Amino acid sequence: MQRQVALIKQSLFDQGYLDEQFMELEELQDDANPNFVEEVATLYFKDSARLINNIDQALERGSFDFNRLDSYMHQFKGSSTSIGASKVKTECTMFREYCRAGNAEGCLRTFKQLKKEHATLRKKLEQYFQASKR
Amino acid sequence: MAEVMRSETLNISNNTSSLASPELLHVLAVDDSIVDRKFIERLLRVSSCKVTVVDSATRALQYLGLDGDNNSVGFEDLKINLIMTDYSMPGMTGYELLKKIKESSAFKEIPVVIMSSENILPRIDRCLEEGAEDFLLKPVKLSDVKRLRDSLLKAEERVFKNIMHKRELEANDIYSQLKRTKI
Repeated sequence: MQRQVALIKQSLFDQGYLDEQFMELEELQDDANPNFVEEVATLYFKDSARLINNIDQALERGSFDFNRLDSYMHQFKGSSTSIGASKVKTECTMFREYCRAGNAEGCLRTFKQLKKEHATLRKKLEQYFQASKR
Repeated sequence: MAEVMRSETLNISNNTSSLASPELLHVLAVDDSIVDRKFIERLLRVSSCKVTVVDSATRALQYLGLDGDNNSVGFEDLKINLIMTDYSMPGMTGYELLKKIKESSAFKEIPVVIMSSENILPRIDRCLEEGAEDFLLKPVKLSDVKRLRDSLLKAEERVFKNIMHKRELEANDIYSQLKRTKI
């Protein structure tokens, strides 16, 4: 099982889903707090689901309030950075660029990609945490 | 010859160290992001600090008794050694919180560290000018926290040594007085 855990983790890093920040989080884990990283991840996915929902609604309304969208994305980028979610962070940055350029089409496209990366990361991390427990 | 010692009340200053408890720094952390709150709390705990985390500048002011309703009455015993606050927060920003703390007589001596995900030089300058102890780029590193802790503990040690030295001088002074009054 240890080998599988190591493989999942390695692929997450190799494919750029996670960066060194994730390792920093793992360094903070110890015998007294063995689930710290998973706890942070849980909080992250709960919080980002809320942000995704807010952004979805804002985009659906059709009127592009770029300031508000940028503000949501600033939060999203912040928490993604803190957990080491590298690909998601990149999409957040791109989205903010499009906001600043007032490019609605770019925002929509990037957001679609962001949701995809986010969902993939979620699934892979779930696998990783499951495997770590066995 | 009998010595008559005047019973002198030793009026040695009663300053105690401002450490929350032996060797434990008490840090107040302020961040609106739930992920970052969890992260900073862990960083501080791992660094052997006592931590209080709040989710807004307003709550930080309430905690410190600076929210106008209390005017720091009853908060004299509150021992905070460091405040770490996020810069960008809805409502009151970390910068505005910094200003309020530096304006208060009760807490202006407490070091305030600003954390931000954005490396904006004018922002950093503004914070340092307003009296921020340091400006940390997010994500905050464990080494940043340990560095802060070590420099605060050194400062506390200096204060402690000064107090002990002062007590020694006062004790010597009283001793000399007693010697002189001996009949």
